[in-house]
Amino acid sequence: MNGPSRCLSVNRGVLAIVLAAIAAAGLCSTVAAAPTVDAHGQLTDPALQTRFERITGELRCLVCQNESIADSNADLAVDLREQVREMLAAGKSDDAIFTFMTDRYGEFVRFRPPLEPKTLLIWGAPFLMLLLGGFIVFRVVRQRSRMPLDDGPAIGP
Amino acid sequence: MWKFLLPFAAFVALAVLFAFGLNPNRDIHALPSPLIGKPAPSFTLTDVLDPARPVSNAALKGQVYVLNVWATWCVPCREEQEALLAISQKHIVPIIGLNWKDQRERAKQWLQRYGNPYQAVAFDGDGRTAIEWGVYGAPETYLVDQHGQVIFKFISPMTQEVWEREFLPRIAAARRGGV
Repeated sequence: MNGPSRCLSVNRGVLAIVLAAIAAAGLCSTVAAAPTVDAHGQLTDPALQTRFERITGELRCLVCQNESIADSNADLAVDLREQVREMLAAGKSDDAIFTFMTDRYGEFVRFRPPLEPKTLLIWGAPFLMLLLGGFIVFRVVRQRSRMPLDDGPAIGP
Repeated sequence: MWKFLLPFAAFVALAVLFAFGLNPNRDIHALPSPLIGKPAPSFTLTDVLDPARPVSNAALKGQVYVLNVWATWCVPCREEQEALLAISQKHIVPIIGLNWKDQRERAKQWLQRYGNPYQAVAFDGDGRTAIEWGVYGAPETYLVDQHGQVIFKFISPMTQEVWEREFLPRIAAARRGGV
């Protein structure tokens, strides 16, 4: 964050420094927060905006459960986007933001739940299905290959 | 043998799945709150009726209380109003209102018109406190024990029946267990 340092560099002169010191706590916090978002509500730092888009795309909107908070227009999604934006601007890591959300709304908010013992079935299900399907195909193919070839009506003369 | 058993097993598995999934009594939007068993998020807001009067749940430490999230834009909140009023008249636990993303004037009018079951109503205009509590719809009702821990969350309008079935036993248990 370059917010507080910018606050001081703009104000030159003793008076300004005194004023800045007085206003530091109140003013700097608002001034520092303001320029991180542009007129379109986008984070001015493109790297942060990219992270913002990725994170909000992976968080479920609980009002309209099949949309992410990036896509949803629900009031709550708007609030949560704002929350994510602020946390990014405050220098929070992706993990910290996901933890913040799951602490409050539960694992269900994550479209991509972390791999852990209780989510093993979710992550493992596609592989289990593949194994099961493979096994069935294997059985059927083997069974057919054992059948006599001439069980249909004879083709030749 | 397998030819008969496999389809039968598949049938039973599907029947169980559908019995659970298609149960009309199951609210598919109700999610378990990760807050259960955790300390209730603290808040200090102002009262809807008096912007000069602070409402903080820190003041409630040491007693079991109910936090009810509502708003004037929330139609089902109107439904639970009568039940809340009846419950509040028995003075079993204090009921604190959390007025979520609303307007002060509208909230005031609502309380004057339909009655006020709350000991205090915290005004959460920007919804920040609601995010801390993991609120994702209204009405929602939380039960907090005397140690400041969330012990239950109910999603849907409160009714006398729900109060007696879900809340009273938990309040009694919390009081037996502590202090």
